[in-house]
Amino acid sequence: MRLSAPAKITLRVFAGIVMAAIYLPLALVVTNSFNATTSGAFPIKDFTTKWWVAAWHNEGVREALWTSIKVASVATAISLVLGSMVAFALARYDFFGKNTVNLLVVLPIALPGIVTGVALNNTFKTVLEPLGIGLGLFSVIVGHATFSIVMVFNNVQARMGRMNRGLEEAAMDMGANMFKTFFQVTFPGFRSAFIAGGLLAFALSFDEIVVTTFTAAPGTETLPIWIFNNMSRPNQAPVVNVIAAVLVLASMIPVYLSQRLTGDDKK
Amino acid sequence: MTALQTPPDTAAAPTRSTAPARNSLGDKISRYLYIRPKMRVTGLLLLPMLWLGVLYIGSLALLFITAFWTTDSFTSKVIPAFTLENFTEILTQPAYQATALRTIGIALSVTMLCAALALPLGLYMAKVASPKMRAVLAIGITLPLWAGYLVKVFSWRITFSTGGPLDWLLAPFGATGPGYGTAALVATLAYLWFPYMAVPVYSAFRQIPDNLFDASADLGAKSWATVRTVAIPLLKPAFIAGSIFTFSLSLGDYIAAQFVGGKTQVIGTVIASNINLNPPLAAAFGIVPIIVVVIYLFLARKTGALKAL
Repeated sequence: MRLSAPAKITLRVFAGIVMAAIYLPLALVVTNSFNATTSGAFPIKDFTTKWWVAAWHNEGVREALWTSIKVASVATAISLVLGSMVAFALARYDFFGKNTVNLLVVLPIALPGIVTGVALNNTFKTVLEPLGIGLGLFSVIVGHATFSIVMVFNNVQARMGRMNRGLEEAAMDMGANMFKTFFQVTFPGFRSAFIAGGLLAFALSFDEIVVTTFTAAPGTETLPIWIFNNMSRPNQAPVVNVIAAVLVLASMIPVYLSQRLTGDDKK
Repeated sequence: MTALQTPPDTAAAPTRSTAPARNSLGDKISRYLYIRPKMRVTGLLLLPMLWLGVLYIGSLALLFITAFWTTDSFTSKVIPAFTLENFTEILTQPAYQATALRTIGIALSVTMLCAALALPLGLYMAKVASPKMRAVLAIGITLPLWAGYLVKVFSWRITFSTGGPLDWLLAPFGATGPGYGTAALVATLAYLWFPYMAVPVYSAFRQIPDNLFDASADLGAKSWATVRTVAIPLLKPAFIAGSIFTFSLSLGDYIAAQFVGGKTQVIGTVIASNINLNPPLAAAFGIVPIIVVVIYLFLARKTGALKAL
């Protein structure tokens, strides 16, 4: 495209500003976690690591982290099974209502989280609580699994569309039954998409707050809920800041892993 | 499932001349299912549909029904009845009307802001930047998606705090940041959902052949005229696709409103504050974003942009 030199420079500066706006706030979180004062005044004058020490010894954080890991693991396991099943059905079969099923999988992520949250909250309170299944860890897992299914589904379905079905037919011709074919031929074919979907589901669940606030009982604190509850408390804000800084740095791990996984597939 | 895997049929191995006796349980089930594709689909879909079709859709349906119920004002207990009270309250109470309209306005502003930022960025990335720079920027705009929702809200809470970084940055110009309020909320939401707009716009920009721009320039159009008359119409599907995310995500958000919105009330705040005291009212108000999103999707579909995706 023929752009004038000033136009190109303007665009370059603009892109620079956008990138700065994206990353400066994140850098700010990391820097501010070393801020000795709690007033929030800027620029930072005294640096300290005491908040990092305080965060490390914080019981609430540890418990919340453990809760988050439990919720995300179980929700991921459920969405791996259910998401793969739907992906398999949609990629391999033609049946009546296919589009509806597809819509149904995407719906929990297409509707605002608050709708999913309120709907599940309502169901648990009016229908399931009288049956003895009240709000708690279980309801949080149910909520998370509901919107995580689509993550696995998207990844696995995309892969299945590209897989060579001839291999499966060959396996069956050679006498492998359906289950053997699945575990020895089909599954290795979409394994990396399965793992990538699982990672996305785990990350999504680990980060989720809106559905969680509506499906958690007062005692159930995932890490985002803990941050949410403590963000406005002035004496807890520095610890929240440290946790936020850790999360910024830790967020690079799943990116690296998923890049590796999708990179492997291209070979 | 693993239990159904059969070990190699050793019994049949020595007698190779005759057909192997394949009668393990896995084989039997396999043979039964092989000729019944409908059974296979049913088997695959049964559990997911119980979860999504019964539990999730059931919950949405129940939410819709609850919206017509009422609560005992003393005990906060839900009483099943049929009343339009909740809906009339939402539609007639000026405070609720204002909240719904304000939220829609915020969601639209966020969408516009994201689109306005994505256009020049996409142009730069697709048509000006070197391939290496392009790769860096492409990762650069998607990476923050991983940083955690609350962390990003928190980062803007710091940015907009009184005497905080933004105030410090603007001080030499004799200005101060807007502080917590609607403007801060729009900026934060735009920050949160920007990748959803930037990525489709950028990839759509990449797909526009360069010779279209050359042709436009040959015919005498200046840069801006080319962008306006050639690029934007071709990018429309991408803008609409991105806007569905930016709009719908902003519409349902209330956490950011709580932390950077100051006193700004949005639909989510009203739902959250009523969920325990008056669930039917919260349910009725929860239907508002569903209706708005459905209307938005319908309008988006009508433009024909969704088919092009």
